[in-house]
Order: sequence, then structure tokens, then C-alpha cells
Amino acid sequence: MAEEKESEENISALHKKITDAFQLFDYDSNNTVNVREIGTIMYSLGCFPSQADIREFTAKVGEDFSGVVHLDKFLPAMTKVLLENRFPPIPRSKLLQAFKVLDKDQKGYLKPEELTKYMMEKAEPFTQEEMDEMLTAHTHQKDNVIHYEKLIDKLTADQNM
Amino acid sequence: MGCGMGKPRIQQNKSIRAALLIQRWYRQYVARLEMRRRCTWNIFQSIEYAGEQDQIKLYNFFGFLMDHFTPTSRNLISHIFRENEICHDADWERYFCYKDIEVPASYSGPHLTIPMTFCGLSKLMEAFKHKQQLHARYVLQILGETWRLLRILPNINHVSVCHTKEITICGDLHGQLEDLLLIFYKNGLPSCEKPYIFNGDFVDRGKNSLEIMLILFGFLLVYPNDVHLNRGNHEDHIVNLRYGFTKEVLGKYRVHGKKILKLLQKIFSWLPLATVINHKVLVVHGGISDSTDLDLVARMDRHRVREAFNFSTISVFYRIQAREKSGRAHSSNWSRFSADRLCLARSSSVCDPFTLEKTGFKRCPNFSFLHKCMNVITRNASAQIVDLLWSDPMPQNGCIANEVRGGGCYWGPDVTEEVLGRHNLQLLIRSHECKQDGYEFCHDRRQVLTIFSASNYYEVGSNRGAYIRMGPDLVPHFIQYQASSTCRELTLRQSVGWTERSALRALRQQLFVHKSDLIGAFQEFDPNNTGVISLRHWATATERVLKLGLPWRVLRPQLVSRAQHGMVNYQQWIRELSIPEPKPEVYTSILETMYKNHSNLETIFRIIDTDHSGLISFEEFRQTWKLLSSHLKMEISDKAIADLAQSMDFNKDGSIDINEFMEAFRLVDLSSHG
Repeated sequence: MAEEKESEENISALHKKITDAFQLFDYDSNNTVNVREIGTIMYSLGCFPSQADIREFTAKVGEDFSGVVHLDKFLPAMTKVLLENRFPPIPRSKLLQAFKVLDKDQKGYLKPEELTKYMMEKAEPFTQEEMDEMLTAHTHQKDNVIHYEKLIDKLTADQNM
Repeated sequence: MGCGMGKPRIQQNKSIRAALLIQRWYRQYVARLEMRRRCTWNIFQSIEYAGEQDQIKLYNFFGFLMDHFTPTSRNLISHIFRENEICHDADWERYFCYKDIEVPASYSGPHLTIPMTFCGLSKLMEAFKHKQQLHARYVLQILGETWRLLRILPNINHVSVCHTKEITICGDLHGQLEDLLLIFYKNGLPSCEKPYIFNGDFVDRGKNSLEIMLILFGFLLVYPNDVHLNRGNHEDHIVNLRYGFTKEVLGKYRVHGKKILKLLQKIFSWLPLATVINHKVLVVHGGISDSTDLDLVARMDRHRVREAFNFSTISVFYRIQAREKSGRAHSSNWSRFSADRLCLARSSSVCDPFTLEKTGFKRCPNFSFLHKCMNVITRNASAQIVDLLWSDPMPQNGCIANEVRGGGCYWGPDVTEEVLGRHNLQLLIRSHECKQDGYEFCHDRRQVLTIFSASNYYEVGSNRGAYIRMGPDLVPHFIQYQASSTCRELTLRQSVGWTERSALRALRQQLFVHKSDLIGAFQEFDPNNTGVISLRHWATATERVLKLGLPWRVLRPQLVSRAQHGMVNYQQWIRELSIPEPKPEVYTSILETMYKNHSNLETIFRIIDTDHSGLISFEEFRQTWKLLSSHLKMEISDKAIADLAQSMDFNKDGSIDINEFMEAFRLVDLSSHG
């Protein structure tokens, strides 16, 4: 019995967490957000979906043709996602491995042109804006390369704030 | 089909998967930054509006004062409200005359001549760019000329745009000179070929309000047909007392500041209220209400409404109630409220306490009641102006009192439709609200456009500013910018971090101010007095006490750094928020109450200091504090006040320096906790 109550409390806490995040983008205060914000909201709740995942989820919760998503549909769907841990975070080791795959010569760093080539041409390509932001923020001032291991550490530390 | 062929394909797949992983990971990081930016924005907005609510509390206090006349308080009140408006314009002209003010040989700033010329303006702007200060003589000269010009301008300016002459419209500047200079740099200076409309709120908050005013007035004098200034809600001397313009002027001009402020007070009341472009586009600072009537606005004596809520407004309020209760019309009092004359000069007999009925309203004047009364009694000047300068749009239909700001209303898309339709207009351009991108449309068919020109308003990186260019097709084009040379180089991460630290600092101050209430709320979740509560309960309690409507669960990791197993030691957390312990002789609860009300206190002190000397007498201080404390239902002995005075280290000559007093409330830099 106590366990049930506990999990009831957990669910209600989850609901509050999801609703808080949702309402940050609810500009008209009418429990809807623009469909384009769904990805951001999912990410902010600790999930790591791919663009394809986001599109699939959005298709399920979005209202047809109107470009908005209502909290009524978003809340249960998102709760399920969180309970199932459907889009878990990426372990550091996997991330490091991924960078090493791109770093063909195993230099320990990537040149901006190399990173750009992968990020903008492969998989789910970055926009120019996204690429510029990444390079500006994380290219080393002096030697003009991206030290990916340091990058992983830095961004992971930020996550834990 | 040998190994040689298969390898590249596998390699390709591997790198695609790797790229996908990295993209996913990085996008999540960026999204979290965006989230934090949104939170930060919300914090700033909610604290700003909570601050504006203080204005209501201030009027509560004055209402309370009027209810509770005692011989001592009566002296204080008549001192504040004393009649001093009998002079005529000619007398004022003599008072404001600059001709006797000598400019010393040591003065290194610009010298100006009348009439104002474009050369003079350039000299002025150069001087301000180099952080020089204009001599009081020239300040009064410019202001005097401006006053004379404004008195012949109509309430509503009508301008036309044609193919050779596009018009530029700017929103709030709030003393941010850098933004004005940036606009001039990008868009060109005002001239006959380049008309401008400046839509109010030129002053307060930023530190160059006076410089902005002088530049704008200068352009107005040189190009009176092509530069148009609309009054904003901050062009109001009572608002200036609270939000920094008064302080700025007195700080820069110790000898002549008082005169300058008085002249500015008159100028503000003479600023036009709105501008209409091609009879189709209405430009006004705040907005509209369902009773907005531009024909009435055009006819009124606009200069009689000096400030939005003066004390005769409040006395009206109390009289209305008295009348409603007694059912009789006190004809001599009632004649005061004829249709267009509601807010005339302050009356010396503010109200007669013995005929007032005491009602439940005295504790917190119901603002919507006041708003309704203002409109019912008359569609009077004051109510029309307050609506134009203070209102905000809302997404829902209807028109309700704007209790967040304490002035004007919230108006919906149906009101926009009706009012614009009634006046044959197609677009309303307004300012008054900060927007992240510098501008924002709202309401059906984008009939309402907000334009805001103070970039980095809350903090470096918080928002862009924007201005509008409009040609005869009346389609607005936007130019956005962000002042500050460092801004462009800031990455998303840095600018979010910067702004966020600032917002969190402000938020921690708010939390500190409410610490007793917070501890009480936490203890409700901790019946066994263990000293710890769950993070969930922390969020619920904080939400209940602060009422800022913030996403506490999202903010929690930034505010509570030490949480073990989902529990937080709340006593320790509160301690970490606080300033160093005050001396034992000072009563902590007084300090806390004072701090909570410090912006009100400051405003009250400045009102009491009618000669703007920066000093009030100890006796006035004591009386004010006693009144305030009984209004707040706190017991304070004379000894406690004396001790407080001592610990604030006033010079022992019976005078209190307001600035010293307020300095005592600066919190120790909390960045060590950031």
C-alpha cells in the first residue's frame, strides 16, 4: 500500500516537472506550445532523442495542421517516455568512442574542417547556425582545434549543474 | 566483392552512427541552455512586475495615512502634500531662468547657444560620448526651450509618410545611451528627410537618462516637424522617485538638480500622448482600453495630469466610497469631479477624516474598483491617459484592470478590433514591455506590435533591442541590435551563463527577503524537526511563499547545491542566502521588514525630502517609520528606532542622508554562491 502511494507521489512529481518545463514555452498561457519547441522540452527533461525520435513523438502528440501541442496530450505521452527511460543519456565512453571514430588519425583532437564535414554532411546534419555556434564556443583559442575529450568533460559538467 | 570493397562501407556506417551520436548529444546540450535562458527571462520578468506591485503597496500606505490622522501624522502629511501650485507660468519662467547661472572658466564641456542648431547637437552628442557633463546653465536652457515648444504641440501628433520619407519608430530606451547612439549609427540622425517617433520611457533604470532626454529634446528643437516624442509611464515624477531618474539628476547636479527636476516635471506633463501615422497607425506607449476615445484625448488638457496616481486621486477614491455609503452627494466636494477635471492641482485639504467612512478597502485599495470608478465618474482625462500609458495586451478577450502594474488595463483582441475599428485605424504600435527579440506581434491579424529599444535590458545578453522603419505602405520593417561590444563575441553558453548568474542573484535576494516565511513553510513539512525536507517539499513550499510563478523544479539545481538523497537541509540553505549577521543591538525582524519594504521606504523618503536635499530630519524619519510600522502591524519602540539609526551610522547632527541609509541595504555580493 505504501509502495503504491510512493509511486503515486512519484508520478505526481513527474507530472509537475513536465508541466513546469512545458509552461516555460507556453507564451499565451493556454497550455499549448508551438510544435517546434517539443524537442527542446524533451531534451530539457533529460532525454536524448534523435531528430527522428522527436518527429515521431511530435506526430503522436501534435494537433493536426495547427502547429501546436496541447498539454493534455503531451503530459501522458511524456510521462511514459520518462518512466520507460526511452531516450537515455549517452554514456561518456560511447561518446568518446564516437569522437575517436571520426578522428581517423587518432590525434586526440579534431580540426574545425573535419568536424564540420561530419556534423553538416552526415546523419542528421547541423544547420549553419548550429555549426557556427559549436565552433565558436569550443574551438581552442590558440591552436584552433577541438579537443574532444575536454569538450566532453566540460559539457557533462554543465549538465550536472 | 572482396574485403577491400566491404571495409569502406562499414567504415562509412560507423562514422555516420558516430556523427549521429554526437549530434544528438550536442543538441541536447544546446536545448538545455535554451531552457536556462527561458528560466532566466521568467525570473527577471516576474521580479520586475513584483516590483511594480510595490507601487500599489505604497498607495495602500498613503491611504492608511489618511485614515489614521493623529496630530503628529497630520503635520507630516501636510508637509508632504503641501499646496505649492499657485504660481503662474510667468513666475515659473522666472524661477527656471538660466541667465544668472555662471559657467566657470574651468568648465571643459560643450557651450551651447539658443536657438539650438544641428552643430550644437553634434557637439552635445560628442560630449556625451566622451562622458562629459553639460553645465546646468545649458541644461536649463534646453529644457526651457523644450517646455515652450511642447506647450504649443497637440495631444496627438499627426504625421504622414510618403515615398521619399520613411519614418523610424523607437521604443523604450530607459536611460541606455549606448542603444540610442547605436540606433543613430545604424539608421542615421533625425532630420527633415529622416523623421523619428520616440515612443516613451526615455528615463529611469539606465544611468544616462538625462543625456538621452537632452539629445531627444535637442532634436525636437531643431526639427520640430520631424521628431515626435510620446509620453511614457516613466515620464512621471513619482515613478522617477522610485526608479532612478531623480537620483541620477540629483547626483549629477548637486546645486541645480532640484530646479532641473521641477522643470522636467512640467515638461513630462506637456509631452504629447500619441502619434498617428497616415491616419491609420496609432503609436502610443502602453496601449488602449475598451473606453479609449481619441477624440476625447485630443481635446483634454493633458498637462493637468502630472502623475498617474496622485493623492487627490486617492482622495477621490475615498470620497466615492463615502458617498456610496452615505447615499448623499456632498455637493461642495462633488463639484470637484466634473467631467474633465479630475486630477487638478493637489488640494490642501486632502480629505476630512471625520466624514470618511472606514471601509474594508483601506487595507488594500481594490484597484479594479478604482479603475471602474475612474471610468464611471467621467471618461476623464486621467483615466484615458493612464490607460494609454500603462496598459498591456493579453491573449484572451475582454478588458480587465492591470493589477500587476497597478495602472491601466489588460486588453484583449476583441478590444483591439473594436477600438481600431471605431477610429478607422489598422495597426497599433506600442512599447512598455521588454521582448527578447526587440519586437513582437500579437492579437488577430497582427494588429498590435510591441517595439522595445533597450537591449540587454535585464543583463548583458538578455535581449535584443529593435526599431521600426515604415514607408507609405505602412508595413513595418525591423532592425534588431544588441549594444555592447563584448556581446557579439559571447557564445550562447557564455551569454546564458552571464544573464543567468545575474537573475539567480536577484532571485536569491528575493528568497532572502522572505526567509522567515520560508522557514515557517519548510517547518510545516518537517513536523519532527529533523532539519531536512525532500526537494519536492522544498519546491512546493518555496512556490507557496514567493508566489512568483516560477518553475521551481527546473530551477532547483541552481538554487540548492547541496542535496543528499533527494533531501535538503533547509536551515543551512537559508543561512547560505543571508547577509552577515547584524549587530546584536539591532532587531533582526526590523531589518528584514525594512529590507522587504526598502524600495517603498526609499520612495517615501524621497517624497518627504521635498526640497530634494538628500537629507531628512531625524524627527521626520522617526515619524515615518512609526507610521509605516503601525501600518505593517509591527511593534517598534522609540529605543529600537534610535538603535537602528545608530547602527546605520548617521552623522549625529539630526539629519539622515537618504543615500547612506539606502546603501546599508545592499546585500553582500552573493557571487561566491554562484
